[in-house]
Amino acid sequence: MKITFTINGKPATVDVDGHTPLLWVVRDMLNLKGTKFGCGKAACGACTLHVDGEAVRSCSYPVKYAEGKRVTTIEGLSEGDQLHPVQQAWEEEVVPQCGYCQPGFMMATAAMLEKIPNPTDDDIDKNIVNICRCATYYRMRKAIHKAAKIKAANG
Amino acid sequence: MSRNNKPKSKSRRKFLIRGGLGTIGLLALGTYVFRNSIRRSMYELGETMVVPYSGTGTEANLWFEMTKDNKVILHSPKVEMGQGTFTGFAQIVADELDVDIKQIIVKAAETATGIVDGMSTGGSLSVAQLFQPLREMAATMREKIKQEGAKKMGVDAAFIKTADGVLSAGGKTMKYAEAVADVSDWSLPDTPELRPVSSYKFVGKPVKRIDLRAKIVGEPIFGLDAEMPNMLHAAVIRPEHVGSSLKSADTSAAEKMPGVVKIIEKDGWIGVVANSFPEALAAKNKIKVDWDIPKTWTEESLREYLKIGEGAKMITQKEGSELDPDDGDVISLEFTSPIGAHAQIEPNGAVASVKDGEVTVILSTQVIGVTQNQVAEALGIDKGKVNIIGTYLGGGFGRRLNTDHAVHAALMSQEVGKPVKYIFTRKEEFQNDAFRPPTHHIVKGKLNGQGQLDSLEHHYASGDVAMNSVIFPSAMNSMMGSDVGAMRGGNIMYNKIPNHRAVQWHKTLPFATSFWRSLGLLANTFAIESFVDEMAMKAGKSPVDFRLAMLGDEEHQNRIRKVIEEAAAKSNYSDKASGNRAMGFAASVDAGAPCAQVVEVSVVDNQIKVEKVTCVFDCGLAVNPDQVIAQCEGSIIMGISASLHEKMTLKDGRLFPIIYGPYDMALMKNSPKEIDVHLIQGVDIPLPVGEPPLGPIGAAIGNAVRRITGKRLTDLPMVLG
Ligand code: FES
Ligand code: FES
Repeated sequence: MKITFTINGKPATVDVDGHTPLLWVVRDMLNLKGTKFGCGKAACGACTLHVDGEAVRSCSYPVKYAEGKRVTTIEGLSEGDQLHPVQQAWEEEVVPQCGYCQPGFMMATAAMLEKIPNPTDDDIDKNIVNICRCATYYRMRKAIHKAAKIKAANG
Repeated sequence: MSRNNKPKSKSRRKFLIRGGLGTIGLLALGTYVFRNSIRRSMYELGETMVVPYSGTGTEANLWFEMTKDNKVILHSPKVEMGQGTFTGFAQIVADELDVDIKQIIVKAAETATGIVDGMSTGGSLSVAQLFQPLREMAATMREKIKQEGAKKMGVDAAFIKTADGVLSAGGKTMKYAEAVADVSDWSLPDTPELRPVSSYKFVGKPVKRIDLRAKIVGEPIFGLDAEMPNMLHAAVIRPEHVGSSLKSADTSAAEKMPGVVKIIEKDGWIGVVANSFPEALAAKNKIKVDWDIPKTWTEESLREYLKIGEGAKMITQKEGSELDPDDGDVISLEFTSPIGAHAQIEPNGAVASVKDGEVTVILSTQVIGVTQNQVAEALGIDKGKVNIIGTYLGGGFGRRLNTDHAVHAALMSQEVGKPVKYIFTRKEEFQNDAFRPPTHHIVKGKLNGQGQLDSLEHHYASGDVAMNSVIFPSAMNSMMGSDVGAMRGGNIMYNKIPNHRAVQWHKTLPFATSFWRSLGLLANTFAIESFVDEMAMKAGKSPVDFRLAMLGDEEHQNRIRKVIEEAAAKSNYSDKASGNRAMGFAASVDAGAPCAQVVEVSVVDNQIKVEKVTCVFDCGLAVNPDQVIAQCEGSIIMGISASLHEKMTLKDGRLFPIIYGPYDMALMKNSPKEIDVHLIQGVDIPLPVGEPPLGPIGAAIGNAVRRITGKRLTDLPMVLG
């Protein structure tokens, strides 16, 4: 079936089985490789992207539900060279190690900050439930608090 | 990332480097040297030594490449798994070559460049191994560029100054790229005297990772991001039951599934090649397989199989006399650790193209040379026609030492005549991992009249770690006698205990086991340091003083003393619990790098929570202190995960769980909010940093829990209630 949505602000139409996970459409048909495959069962968060601003685990999100919606991936989080506050904070705190899980964490964090602009440690524990095997959680927590500050300062 | 699938030609303009690297014939020693002195040196190697780089491409080396826009590409024999290795290399090269760090690009060398690491990227050794060779090569290269520039500029090389990739003399300047643009004679000058490390601008400083931006904007740098033109996608069926093999399969339903190109039955596995990965997966699920299962393994039968007193025995340490089993004053505790999964987030996989007798495989691998050999052998194609391209790794931890999937992908490409990309499902990852072997430990000791340990013995049983692995082939088994990987952290580090020994029992398990970050260190330290803590309590002494009194006067012992004293001081260590909180102390030494940790733990409703960790680590020269600290933070939380959460279980012949979540791992909420790391430079060379900080954490947690609850937890993962 034909499915139309916007991807990082640009229109896209794909002709594919509607049950295909959005992850594979984004990675293999639209060639945006920043969204990662980790488990395929909504259990790790590596594939997190935004659908209409909500964080979604795209490995378990049939593409047909994206019809008419706005899909944003890590490639669309920054505006040109201007990094998103979350990315700025991540860079300042030097969070990534292997880096594989990081786009998913940054997308989950960016979505959380839209709802909870100034999260407490508890908010972070409850909302950021992706898995990082390099265990960069300590720096991530610092980066999340910093991102909230940068975002607030930007207005 | 679209890649040309032809092996690249070797004719790119490069700096040629001669010599400079010590090659040791570790694997070439041969089995005839079956003598104790060799065994001993193998132990020391496992325990304390940094193994020199041993690979090909060392005689007429092809490590550096200069680009037209005055950048230097370093072709690295090691890959970047996340430890910041490439950044460390860039710092070292920048300082001796006199270029800015921004002018350096580090790439994993393809096998076609001629640089093939003989061992692996592992053991946290990369920076430690290549520190000296890289300094020498970069300094030599700087002299060569000066000589060439001198000819063109018409000045004496002795008057040329170098900075930021530019030569200058007598008011004239010239970029490096220009100086070497048409050089054909790459004979090199002698290596100049190296600069003192203290004069370096980049080495020793917390330089930001050179791969930081790529990882923040989501660039396609990983193995699974690779593509080739006209590529197809594949999924594979592998045995689910331990020790089982393929009897027969019904693929008729799968063949009719949309997008299926070909179903390939091979020896022991079935490949499904389709137009897309979801289609390959859907078809795979329609295949009915009949397995031959000779024995149904369970957790109980495994524990019966792997235990002290069974298998090959090897005394890995022996000082003074053995404890008398009938001595009533001997205290003994038993410990266990479970099967551990690597669970790296990027699943394994490979993109392969076999065409006109040439093979290219792109993948995340820690053993590019081994991968090349395996592919060449399986396809019966000359090694020279097989190019392996290593990418950034979405986590290594030892998992990328086994790359049979490169062979699978290549065989499937050969069958369909097109490039094939094969990706593991998470279930395959969990059931077909080369696991951290389970272990069994008995620690025994005896106090003297002054409340000091008179004897300490560590008996431990483990499956394969280094033995039978691709980097220590089975020919090494008879030579080593014991498994040097399982032995990591297994020997007693307190030299002053009059009688101490360590005894290893080894068996090969019915499922693959191998290296897992820090190898035996985590479980061995858990057992020994928990026991030492128990003995300190029994003696009525502070666990810090108790430990210090057991250390000898040698230099190595003094370095352990230092981390223990510092950790106690920095954390304000107290061995008294207050309410539901207490501190726990533990120390270890791995690869010559001592580490001591103090944890603050709380227990609420039987839930163990690590609130704060103080870590003092003697890492030698920290090439990048910020990244050494990052390795400590990561090791500590990964260690918490292994100590309090993770466990694979054998049930009805199969390994479970098969997905994250049920395979419980530390998440954000389980991570301490404070991690205070202090680095000590006990020696002036860089030591391995990615694994030693994993040592003390498990025991430190257990020791804290003991003080809060009175219970001595002896099984990993530790659970209360
Ligand atoms: S890949 Fe989607 S949650 Fe793991
Ligand atoms: S940085 Fe490696 S998995 Fe998170």
